Amino acid sequence: MTFVAKPRVHHPKLPVNDLGLTRRDYEGPVSTLCAGCGHDSVSAAIVQACAELSLPPHKFAKISGIGCSSKTPSYFLSKSHGFNSVHGRMPSVATGANLANRELYCIGISGDGDTASIGLGQFAHIVRRRINMLYVVDNNGTYGLTKGQFSATNDKGSTSKKGQPNLYEPIDVVSLALQLGASFVARSFSGDKRQLVPLIKAGLMHKGFAFIDVISPCVAFNNHNGSTKSYDYVRGHSEAVMASDFFLPQDEITVDYDPGTSEEVRMPDGSMLRLHKLDDGFDVHDRVRALNYVQTHHSRGEVLTGLLYVDPNASDCHEILDTVQRPLNELDVAELCPGNDALQGINESFR
Amino acid sequence: MTTYNDFVIRFANVNGSGSASANGMFAKALFRMGVPVATRNIFPSNIQGLPTWFEVRVSEQGYLGRREGVDIMVAMNAETFEEDVASLKPGGFLLYDNTKPLAGHLRRDDITEIGIPLTDLLLPVFTDIKQRGLFKNITYLGALSALLDIEFDVITGMVAKQYRGKDDLIAPNIQALEIGRGYAQEYLPCPLPIRVRRMDDPGERIMIDGNTAAALGAIYGGATVCAWYPITPSTSVAEAFEQHANRLRLDSECGRRKFAIVQAEDELSAIGIVIGAGWNGARSFTATSGPGVSLMTEFLGLAYFAEIPAVLIDVQRSGPSTGMPTRTQQGDLISSAYASHGDTKHVLLFPSTPKECFDFTADAFDLADRLQTPIILMTDLELGMNDNLSEPLEWDDGRTYDRGKVLHAEDLEKIERFGRYLDVDGDGIGYRTYPGTHPEKGAFFTRGTSRDEYAAYTESPEIYEQNMQRLLTKWKTAATLVPKAEIESSGQRAGILYYGTSALPMQEALDLLGDEGIHLDTLRVRGFPFGEEVYEFIEDHDFVFVVDQNRDAQMKTLLVTEGELDPAGLVSVRYFGGLSISADTIQAQVSDYFTAQKLPRLTEVKS
Repeated sequence: MTFVAKPRVHHPKLPVNDLGLTRRDYEGPVSTLCAGCGHDSVSAAIVQACAELSLPPHKFAKISGIGCSSKTPSYFLSKSHGFNSVHGRMPSVATGANLANRELYCIGISGDGDTASIGLGQFAHIVRRRINMLYVVDNNGTYGLTKGQFSATNDKGSTSKKGQPNLYEPIDVVSLALQLGASFVARSFSGDKRQLVPLIKAGLMHKGFAFIDVISPCVAFNNHNGSTKSYDYVRGHSEAVMASDFFLPQDEITVDYDPGTSEEVRMPDGSMLRLHKLDDGFDVHDRVRALNYVQTHHSRGEVLTGLLYVDPNASDCHEILDTVQRPLNELDVAELCPGNDALQGINESFR
Repeated sequence: MTTYNDFVIRFANVNGSGSASANGMFAKALFRMGVPVATRNIFPSNIQGLPTWFEVRVSEQGYLGRREGVDIMVAMNAETFEEDVASLKPGGFLLYDNTKPLAGHLRRDDITEIGIPLTDLLLPVFTDIKQRGLFKNITYLGALSALLDIEFDVITGMVAKQYRGKDDLIAPNIQALEIGRGYAQEYLPCPLPIRVRRMDDPGERIMIDGNTAAALGAIYGGATVCAWYPITPSTSVAEAFEQHANRLRLDSECGRRKFAIVQAEDELSAIGIVIGAGWNGARSFTATSGPGVSLMTEFLGLAYFAEIPAVLIDVQRSGPSTGMPTRTQQGDLISSAYASHGDTKHVLLFPSTPKECFDFTADAFDLADRLQTPIILMTDLELGMNDNLSEPLEWDDGRTYDRGKVLHAEDLEKIERFGRYLDVDGDGIGYRTYPGTHPEKGAFFTRGTSRDEYAAYTESPEIYEQNMQRLLTKWKTAATLVPKAEIESSGQRAGILYYGTSALPMQEALDLLGDEGIHLDTLRVRGFPFGEEVYEFIEDHDFVFVVDQNRDAQMKTLLVTEGELDPAGLVSVRYFGGLSISADTIQAQVSDYFTAQKLPRLTEVKS
């Protein structure tokens, strides 16, 4: 397998964003994942979201762990640096990257093995630390690169491709994120671009830790009858709490809404997340009820999707640590070194 | 016969009884009188209740290593009393609380008992039981001032300074000191034939623990991100970094911090944060001990292969496994040098003094950026947690940080095609870019998998091998950049090679051996990979003793492996009991080798 660059020609009528860039400027080389892999749809949604937000395509830090999902940062935003690190350790690398330069948009891509098994500890603690980033789990319920073992998000009783049932209880990463204090929690489906793209946009603009669990079927090992993470199953059993649109401050809101009530959530930068409630009883600011709602639907065999919780006034790790506004990686000796006079004072205190 | 400034005093206390402050003042008083002292805390892995010892080596010659045998025992722990009495050298002095008489089986004919009724003396003065316990320590300090002829105003001055701002504590402390001193002057044979006397001004020297010095080195060296997980004996590195940075690293206008410190959930996360920050262009470090290094090895391999700067301070303790967590050792050489799977090698630095902890930590950030690889500072509990006499810390205000080969936007404009792993200069080191540098050029994908010179994934056998060979070229470059070995040669046939805290007893060991007619050239290793001078030294001598504070002669293994040397020419001298190696141990093992091999000794002809 080698690196395959996409040809640099594009359709002359591709739409141009506020930076004068087309979607092609946000893409990466050709994916090497299986044809039809849900993860590629997630990458495409990230490309669309970043292009539509007119974010500079080189101002991202893309961090991942190990696995099929973690290969994907190579396939989008090729003008940005990416780091395919160690299995289950994306959260710590992303923490360091964000501490070093708070101005970059930090996108962490992980999988269900990467986040719910080997990296469960790191996942829990990055939520606690409130790193300002978008954390996406490409959740297919299986280990793809090692050919089809169950992962910890797989539902009990769901069967493998060979027909064997999973014997263990699943770990629900959305419930964990809610319980541990994430300030933006959503779940979506890789096949539902209309829902996923606005969620990614809102997650990128959210200040604090934004988490999206994306059910992303594995066409090779987990897309058969009996799997609860197949395209057919998720399409048949998902229930959206609300549809959402995301608008930058300058956008005029002219979209037609689905029937039902709607609610606007103002993001720190003035941008707007507009939510269309499909269920009148749902409150996107109630963490405890969101947890209950997710569990209730899960017990019915349903996958609840959409934005489940958001705190638009959340703080991030840099605020907790009270660091200077300038990126730490830009500070030089004049700003960092206290000088010899101060050192002589320190010597004196040790005499 | 009266001896001055030449003894070992050991304080036997109960952990958590407040003795550390009084014992520390004892050492500091001698230091302020210009007398060379070395302190050693021998403590249990416990917070309260278990035995703890504090040992002070006092030496007019400036011998700062541990010496076997105790001259004065301040025995304040009933539980260890018997073994404490037994550890006294013949002719030694036993200071104890004789409120209750000494049991017959604890008495020795060959020592002098100095009984002070500490409990009885304090009972009428301090009504609070807790206070009475604390002042017991101060009272024996007062008695020692008379017994050993320590200048009293030096001690009272310290009390005044220590409790500045808590003035109500000064008077009772002084009172307790005077009770002890008064009793000793009235009833005891003051001063003892073992005593102290003022020497020259201590000059510029300071007394500081290596961990604090390393933390200051990180601040001066420009570290902006620290991630760590608590583990003895390294915890105080991160704590000192935070404490000093909270004062030295605040923005002068907004008062916000020009550093970030994170107590991570474990060592895996700590090193991950360091590597993430290093990848993104911040100087970052962690501090840990052997078990932490074990947990960090996967990430260290990634940083080696993906070529990311990182600094790790390994304050070594006794292993393996949990080992003796509060005792010292040089046990992590091999696990650090080759940490991780596959062909991985790491640059190590070996400080011997607090000043070197400061200098080498600051240097480590330059080396990490220059070499784009992890740099591991190999210190230990002996150096890290004890107050050591040190040359003062110095910083050249003209010094700038060497950020290594980093291309900025204007550099990228000038080049046709950026290749992250191209060896443009022939030193094995490519040029890197920080994320977000340029809209069109310089972005690359960092990975632990094999890649070509342009950072594109490949499984080509040729390209993989080429890359691994380039990393070896970089390794050779590293050998020219780490601190050179310190060599003292007078043309002897035999040499002795040592590193880290084995430097502390070395001069004394050489003097003892000299008295026996054994003269050795010396080499102190300060960096790994070894420079040419190390191999030349070994080549130039018939045989070389290699001093290790571990069971398996790990430095010798590194020398034999890396230098493809004949192991027969390297004679291992070892100690690994958890205390630091003593001059006597080195002398005995070297001397025994000379005897066993029937090697000639040079004895001066006395006329």
